[in-house]
Amino acid sequence: MRALRYFSVAVDSIVAHKMRAVLTMLGIIIGVAAVLSTMGIGSGAAASITESIESSGTNLLTVSAGGGGGSSASTLTIADATALANSKAFPDLALVAPQYSESATLTQSGEEGTYQVVGTTATYADVTSLDMASGAFFTTEQVENNERVVTLGWNVASDLFGSAEPVGQTVRINTNLFEVIGVLEEVGTVSRSGSIDDLVYVPIEVAQGLLFNADRYRGSYTVSTISIQVASSERIDAAELQIEQVLRLRHGLGADDENDFTISNQADILEMASEVSGTLTVLLGGIGAISLLVGGIGIMNIMLVSVTERTREIGLRKAVGAHNSDILLQFLVEALLLTTMGGLVGIGLSYGVAFIAGAIPAMTFNIVIEPWTLTLAMGVSAASGLLFGLYPAMRATQLDPIEALRYE
Amino acid sequence: MMNTNGRNGRNGQTIEQSIPVIEIANMTKIYQMGETAVHALNDISLTINEGEYVAIIGTSGSGKSTLMNMIGLLDNPTSGSYRIRGTETSELSQSQMADLRNKEIGFVFQRFNLLPRTNARRQVELPLFYAGTPGGKAVQMAREALAKVKLDDRADHRPDELSGGQQQRVAIARALVNNPSILLADEPTGALDSKTGDEVMGLFYDLHQQGMTLIVVTHDNDIARQAKRIVTLRDGKIISDERNGHTVLHPAEWARGGDELVTNGPVKGEAIAISLPKEGERVYESA
Ligand SMILES: Nc1ncnc2c1ncn2[C@@H]1O[C@H](COP(=O)(O)OP(=O)(O)OP(=O)(O)O)[C@@H](O)[C@H]1O
Ligand SMILES: [Mg+2]
Repeated sequence: MRALRYFSVAVDSIVAHKMRAVLTMLGIIIGVAAVLSTMGIGSGAAASITESIESSGTNLLTVSAGGGGGSSASTLTIADATALANSKAFPDLALVAPQYSESATLTQSGEEGTYQVVGTTATYADVTSLDMASGAFFTTEQVENNERVVTLGWNVASDLFGSAEPVGQTVRINTNLFEVIGVLEEVGTVSRSGSIDDLVYVPIEVAQGLLFNADRYRGSYTVSTISIQVASSERIDAAELQIEQVLRLRHGLGADDENDFTISNQADILEMASEVSGTLTVLLGGIGAISLLVGGIGIMNIMLVSVTERTREIGLRKAVGAHNSDILLQFLVEALLLTTMGGLVGIGLSYGVAFIAGAIPAMTFNIVIEPWTLTLAMGVSAASGLLFGLYPAMRATQLDPIEALRYE
Repeated sequence: MMNTNGRNGRNGQTIEQSIPVIEIANMTKIYQMGETAVHALNDISLTINEGEYVAIIGTSGSGKSTLMNMIGLLDNPTSGSYRIRGTETSELSQSQMADLRNKEIGFVFQRFNLLPRTNARRQVELPLFYAGTPGGKAVQMAREALAKVKLDDRADHRPDELSGGQQQRVAIARALVNNPSILLADEPTGALDSKTGDEVMGLFYDLHQQGMTLIVVTHDNDIARQAKRIVTLRDGKIISDERNGHTVLHPAEWARGGDELVTNGPVKGEAIAISLPKEGERVYESA
């Protein structure tokens, strides 16, 4: 119950020196709020990047035409995709969607724009988990029948149709008339191939034949990429190996030849992205740590400014019978009280900042305050309060009471 | 260790007993100021018995406050020995000294030394806090101590809301609150008008009657006269130590005009205290 008595002494002392207490707490409040918000921005951005990569499927493998050797002619064909899609031979490869893309001009009643047109199969919508804003993605039947149907990315639709409903209308790709059967939901984020919102999807053979007259290799149309969803994430490495073997065999590559295709792994991209966002967090955390340091220096200044007054106070307390342990306990409790209150207010402030930031529509990500940063911020603020609060007190207790009373 | 036998009440046979409470032997305090050494105390030896009422006088800078700080265990001598009730203080731990300051000694500072921004009641409760007195009892004792110095109506005032004399009385109440056996007061009436000064003297008289050992530094003749023993310092040395042989005067008696020769009112400031001619004794030795 001794601690409780010092608590009341500490409260008295804080109340008696409100300005000093407020200034001390201010340093901690600013420091803690700054660390938490900046680190929150870091981890919020990281979470947003990770989420957008994960939303396109972590089990995704992408085979693209061309290898490291720089061979110009594409050797990746629709036949390769068909071979890989044999689920009996390759049970690990759950979904296979080939794509052929080239840019084309789209026109619609006076509006005109150049967009990347992606020819693909119905499976593509499942592989990349696309969401529809209206209408539908084309079906396997529509692909097999080479129907002139098109699904538009969000931006393309709004560029060409404004606020009007595009589904059911027609659009011209180069010179050919297509029926709009769906519009994709706005995604916002940018992938390696540009924003999905700027893409236009048509059945693959329509793109290869009618629109772009694609090259052929060994009799079948070439493709740009093949997206493959692996059955489970544990099988990714095995699947990669299988694909490599099959394609090398199909392309007749010898043991010394390099791959004429590239397999990229979503997990690799994820790893790279989290490395980037980790760096971001560290960077922002560094800025926050500097503000905490500045706050700490503020606390130190206040404590040192009041050291004369406090030394006299200590002298007086000793003169009326305080033991050194009494003095230290009082200062300890007082410092802890100030830093804890300051720390809590700082935490509250940073949650306020996070809330306000979350309410701003232009912010594409939230400020995410992680528990360990709370611990860190509280720890550092408590440490600075203790250090700067206790050090002068410890020095003062070493003086004879009369020396402390005379201190100037 | 602490012998309180000396604290007989009014009806005790004697107030003063020949049990030494304070024994100072060859005490020196040297302040080294660059090249020069200031001998604030120069080979002081002094014994004060239980229940004595001692006035310490001397010119400004003669070492009175320094001596009081030593007796009050607030400072350490450069050399020499100091025993309280037979215990050599240089052998005490910091913590034992703190307990003595808390329970045995009440100290009234020359510069009151109150806590800033703290009301009178809290100031007076301070020694009780470190004595571990329970809250309710402490409040009660603080109230009584403030009443003794006639400040009960100012209990909630902070130092900056009190006059100099009121601050002085808060400091006296704080020194008395824990019922110490030794009261040390460094110029307790310096900031008081003659009326409140008289009241403080009346209080000291009562405390003396109750058996408390009092040591008072003063420039005030009346206090010096009230005390039974007068120790005079000059340049850190005791140049005279006189007992006037009279029983202590109650302020009421001298207020009735018992002594025409005494100058009226306290002698303030840097004045050299005058002697007490009634007894025909010299307080000062001629240099
Ligand atoms: N901390 C110190 N450092 C250096 N010298 C000191 C210190 N304290 C006191 N002195 C010196 O010691 C001597 C005695 O000082 P002290 O305060 O005891 O005088 P005093 O008799 O109480 O005077 P006053 O009547 O003015 O209060 C003085 O010469 C003073 O300058
Ligand atoms: Mg003095």
